[in-house]
Amino acid sequence: MNTELKTTYDQPNARGYFGKYGGKFVPEILIPVISALEEEYNTAKDDPEFVAEYHQLLEEYVGRPTKLTFADKLTAHYGKAKIYLKREDLCHTGAHKINNAIGQILLARRMGKTRIIAETGAGQHGVATATACAKFGLKCIVYMGAEDMERQKLNVDRMHLLGAEVRSVESGSKTLKDATNEAIRDWVSNPDDTFYIIGSVVGPHPYPMMVRNFHRVIGDEAKKQILEAEGRLPDYLLACVGGGSNAMGLFYPFMDDDVKIIGIEAAGFGVDSGKTAATITKGTPGILHGSMSYLLHDQNGQIELAHSISAGLDYPGIGPEHSFLHDSKRVEYYAVTDDEAMEALKLLSKKEGIIPALESAHAFAWLENLMPQTKEGEIIIVNLSGRGDKDMKTISENL
Amino acid sequence: MNRITQKFRDKAPDEKLMSLFLTAGFPDLDSTVDLVLGFEKNGADLIELGIPFSDPLADGPTIQYSSDIAISNGITMDKIFEMVAGIREKSEIPIILMGYMNPVLRYGVEAFCKKAAAVGVDGLILPDIPVEESALIDEFASEAGLSMVYLVAPNTADERMQLADQKSGGFVYCVSVTGVTGARSGDEVSSSVSKFIQRVRTNVTINPVMVGFGIRSHEDAQDIASNADGFIVGSALIDVMKNSYPEEGWKQAVFSFVHSLKFGK
Repeated sequence: MNTELKTTYDQPNARGYFGKYGGKFVPEILIPVISALEEEYNTAKDDPEFVAEYHQLLEEYVGRPTKLTFADKLTAHYGKAKIYLKREDLCHTGAHKINNAIGQILLARRMGKTRIIAETGAGQHGVATATACAKFGLKCIVYMGAEDMERQKLNVDRMHLLGAEVRSVESGSKTLKDATNEAIRDWVSNPDDTFYIIGSVVGPHPYPMMVRNFHRVIGDEAKKQILEAEGRLPDYLLACVGGGSNAMGLFYPFMDDDVKIIGIEAAGFGVDSGKTAATITKGTPGILHGSMSYLLHDQNGQIELAHSISAGLDYPGIGPEHSFLHDSKRVEYYAVTDDEAMEALKLLSKKEGIIPALESAHAFAWLENLMPQTKEGEIIIVNLSGRGDKDMKTISENL
Repeated sequence: MNRITQKFRDKAPDEKLMSLFLTAGFPDLDSTVDLVLGFEKNGADLIELGIPFSDPLADGPTIQYSSDIAISNGITMDKIFEMVAGIREKSEIPIILMGYMNPVLRYGVEAFCKKAAAVGVDGLILPDIPVEESALIDEFASEAGLSMVYLVAPNTADERMQLADQKSGGFVYCVSVTGVTGARSGDEVSSSVSKFIQRVRTNVTINPVMVGFGIRSHEDAQDIASNADGFIVGSALIDVMKNSYPEEGWKQAVFSFVHSLKFGK
């Protein structure tokens, strides 16, 4: 017998493991909380009413499906494969993050939780959560590093306007990692009435799986759209990876297809500069924020400060599924520097009239390396995960 | 017999054992051994020596602060092992290392367990390792002869308490309130805690029960631990250390506090 069986991608397992990554590394107080969440999610995802309401909100409130735009000028610039943009920048609130915030707020309501907490780095997830809370009339508290509040002031103002309380986090590096610590401490202290809307494919099981599934709409739409436009699947998928939610959303529906998948991390000043956020490129496996995954940490196991020009990628960890996809070689991961991301941001703005978020610009920067290897007639889909308006202050300082 | 188990065996029926938590390397690297020896002289029955971690997400501001100071003092796992060896030269007090899993994982789980046992550590408390994830370390700890202490909280179901009891050695750590570590006002802790400890008593039948989180005085301890085998104090003790260091005679001030915790004023 030598029958070739088509393998079906079926991560994670019942214990929340993607290979050896993932799990539930949380204090005892949170175990009953995440178990209840897991149970509720597993019921809700198969409940036609829940699914219908989620998709209706995505359509009428978020503005989905987002377009798949053929980038003719950028394609002509490189003169090789055709480049398509998955336009998550066109989502309500300006980034993909709202897909997940809507999904989790519906779960929170279903579970009778009255108080929503979230962490945020760039502020996009905070804005998305504040937006969903406003829409559903729920109390919203967002933890944000003091340094991020400074560089993303516009998003802080947006959250205030939406009725959220933004709590400044002064501990540690005063960025996303520390905001996450503080949100978890809040959760540990208020397990009964509080729902923690985690903003990426990180945290204890079931979050990495659940957040991925709330974002898979990105990949599902892209697949349908590219089949309509080109009559075939793409040759490449390209997305930036911080925690990795926009990337998992695009990648997941293509796992069993013959498509080359690439994730781009933030190298900061350079992967060997000591000022980087390239977790897979420079890190080793460890445990942070509830799951086992690649981490930037020193030889004593202390978490290192990440650096990226983009607040949304400025995180020393990465979602456990990405660690698995890296080890299993299904996805290739590379890193680009702050400067390379800025150049890509300028190029996309000039060529296509689209100012991308600094996060998304990292994916575009990899085109410099990728395009020379591609052939005419091939197809690339790049996830344009968010728009750049929120980054104008940082962009102006680096022009 | 393991030093922890022996200690509970030797305890007088009415006595409440006192376990003290201190962060290794706080307020400085040189004081940790002297502090532990002084704690013992002033009534401590067990020691929980904290392995500092950069991101202690189950801890309140006090232990975060002491961890940051210890890390900036240059604490490492090997220095903690040296401290334990230094204590063991003069004392047989049970020592439990308490900390988050990442520094243990980075050291190497097997190497960590072997080295810890070799220098005289008796047990481990790892708050981010619930029983679900115990497979990562249980076997290595057991081979090395280290007791694993698991935690139960007010929202832990009966069956999980029984599971924690089965998986634990030495004692079961009973978290008195839902929240992070830190001293609290008496009312906040005691109102519902006795009912909870009664439930723990019903489900935890193999191991002794120690209760912690929020205890800051002898009176708190007697009240909260009335139905337990003993009590644990951490943040309140570190607050005293933080407030007295480095004044002349600061250790004596800390020891007086320790004495008052166990015996009252």
